[in-house]
Amino acid sequence: MKTFHGGVHPHGHKDATAEKPIVTLAPPKELIFPLSQHIGAPAVPCVQAGDAVLMGQKIAEAGGFVSATLHSSVSGTVKGIEKRMHPNGTLTDCIIIENDGLDTPIPEVSLPERDFRKLSPKECIDLVQEAGIVGMGGAGFPTHVKLSPPPEATIDYVIVNGAECEPYLTSDYRVMLENSQELLTGLAIMMHIFDLSVGYIAIEDNKPKAIEAMKKAAAEFSGAEIRIVPLKTKYPQGSEKQLINAVTGRKLKPGALPWQAGCIVSNIDTVASIARAVVKHQPVIRRIVTLGGDAMKNPLNYSVRIGTPFSYIVEQSGGFAQPPKKFLMGGPMMGLALSSLDVPTIKSSSAILALSESSAKFEEESPCVRCAKCLYVCPMNLQPNLLDKAARNNDFEALEKLHISDCIECGSCAYICPAKRRQVQQIRVVKGKLRNAKAKGN
Amino acid sequence: MEEKWIVSHPPHVATKDNLSRIMLHVVIALLPAVLAGCLVFGLRALIVTLTCVISCVVFEALWQKLLKKPVTVSDLSAVVTGILLACNLPVSIPLWMAVIGSFFAIIVVKQFFGGLGHNFMNPALGARAFLLASWALAMTSFPAPGTSLPLFGSVDAVSAATPLALYAENAEQLPTYLNLFLGNIGGCIGETSALAILIGGIYLLITKVIRLRVPVCFLATVALGTWIFGGHEGWFTGDWLYQLLSGGLMLGAFFMATDYTTTPFTPKGQIYFGIGCGIITVLIRLWGGYPEGTSYAILLMNIVTPLIDKATAPRRYGTKFGKEVA
Ligand code: SF4
Ligand code: SF4
Repeated sequence: MKTFHGGVHPHGHKDATAEKPIVTLAPPKELIFPLSQHIGAPAVPCVQAGDAVLMGQKIAEAGGFVSATLHSSVSGTVKGIEKRMHPNGTLTDCIIIENDGLDTPIPEVSLPERDFRKLSPKECIDLVQEAGIVGMGGAGFPTHVKLSPPPEATIDYVIVNGAECEPYLTSDYRVMLENSQELLTGLAIMMHIFDLSVGYIAIEDNKPKAIEAMKKAAAEFSGAEIRIVPLKTKYPQGSEKQLINAVTGRKLKPGALPWQAGCIVSNIDTVASIARAVVKHQPVIRRIVTLGGDAMKNPLNYSVRIGTPFSYIVEQSGGFAQPPKKFLMGGPMMGLALSSLDVPTIKSSSAILALSESSAKFEEESPCVRCAKCLYVCPMNLQPNLLDKAARNNDFEALEKLHISDCIECGSCAYICPAKRRQVQQIRVVKGKLRNAKAKGN
Repeated sequence: MEEKWIVSHPPHVATKDNLSRIMLHVVIALLPAVLAGCLVFGLRALIVTLTCVISCVVFEALWQKLLKKPVTVSDLSAVVTGILLACNLPVSIPLWMAVIGSFFAIIVVKQFFGGLGHNFMNPALGARAFLLASWALAMTSFPAPGTSLPLFGSVDAVSAATPLALYAENAEQLPTYLNLFLGNIGGCIGETSALAILIGGIYLLITKVIRLRVPVCFLATVALGTWIFGGHEGWFTGDWLYQLLSGGLMLGAFFMATDYTTTPFTPKGQIYFGIGCGIITVLIRLWGGYPEGTSYAILLMNIVTPLIDKATAPRRYGTKFGKEVA
């Protein structure tokens, strides 16, 4: 079975939601669209307070090439542009839209479906850009940028990342089971862009049903050869570098980007969005969100309009089973802890998890006993115990020598540490300090 | 915000494994060796072990109380040190000496250097070396198996030669492999029975507390070295199996050369460490003044551990030759 070196095996916690079909959640009265839901420059609003908007209408233009457009996920009226809380805990500019409850769509969606094979690669990428697609696995990197590597790149692998190695998350799994056609079409479009005849979908072997379903769908899919690659279940199998290594045997050099190894990797929901954008004229206005965690009363998979507040989603699902102590956006290994539920669903919100006191609590840190477990599991071959120490001492020189920039913040080290050291916290904090120091130096 | 939620950096989950669980595994793994000690040498072995364990725990707690630090004896590391120290003592040792040894292990070797995770020498071995230097006679009198000994009182010197001493003298009558394997021989409390130590070692391997690298490299080096150079009839005639089963080698290889804090943490470093321990053990056993060299070998390698770690830092991901791409 294909895999990578290192990694950990956290408890999956997927049973609660894995076999629950995706439920479509009706949008709330008010939706919030942060101008920055992606890596890169914030989007620039192209509507004003009082404007009427249709479902799928563009409300903000990309603020540059590395940026993404925004679309209204409902029809209604623009209430204004205000500072609201972003899931990352900061106040940011958001477009507020009042839902008229009619879901009147933009006229384009009733146009006949496009045949992507008649489009040039450039046209496909432009459609992706227009649709505001970003990496929906969590990173939020604009997809059209990913699909536009420099001309010297030779891409020979397009890989759909179906690893979904984070505990609790089952949204990608459900898409594979329920929406395999869209997924395959999306992949075929990416293959078309790079003129490839073979495409890959990598799935962890703890999802035999998804492997089965995708194999069947791929066999019946006409016009493109799509290979399903089962991978060993291990975290962080879905990390780009580790996935590329497992599927192709290639290892990215330090600091290298996937295209430099001839690879383009995309997340499941992202690829499905590509199909919807190119074939069905639909921009990104919804995403699949897993609701889970031991404090959630009814864990399930929702199809949610972008802009829907988390508090509304949780309330609609039935609230809590026990008092929540910690909220996460995304999975427990790399997800973001929330300070408020009054934040909107953004394009990269893969899950909302509510943890009870017992699972949110950490044991106290003890001194490092040099057991080396962190070093065995680090997928980037780093020495997390030394990084931890150097970070606490603000020893920037040592941190560079220990290659802190290689750290993908996967959390494997802190997960495994018997002394309960919070290496990743130290690494993240000191990375910020390093950035600041560099900025000052320039 | 109505309620106080925990906002922290990821990851938000962790293994259940913690230090006290790991130490508990080590304690469990040491029980067969202690039991074997009791069977071979009688109940006094248990008394010595308890003395060491209790004094180690008490010294650690007192020290931490005195310095107003949080008392961490519940991590069980002092218990492990106590058992290991006892395993490295002859059963006839006066109990007050065991207490002093415990003091040295916990206070001098461990706490003076910053406590758990910061000591550079194995506390039990450091204490053994200290006791050996101070009371050589008491530390080298090994009662023969089955001698009846007073439980608490002092023991008259009733010394039996250890298997290694016998081998070094090229004695006529050597213990059989079976007796060596079972531990029916003279020696320290926890080191005589290879069988009991192997059971504990396998338990540690299964529970993933230790990895095979160090014990295998250590034992293989000693076997090779003593086979080549250890014979009385010239090269390649050494009785390597006898050497493996004698003295503190098994105990050292599985329980002391695998100590986290005082041995290298890089995989390559662990290999060098094991080989280094093996080489020094062979040197001392064959050409040194002592018939036994395991503990000095490990202590010496403890000292160079930081250097080994520096020299064997893992290679950065994506920089191995072979599979990289432009
Ligand atoms: S050091 Fe970074 S890359 Fe390595 S395990 Fe820790 S978080 Fe992951
Ligand atoms: S896992 Fe924790 S205790 Fe072990 S070496 Fe790493 S930081 Fe130290």
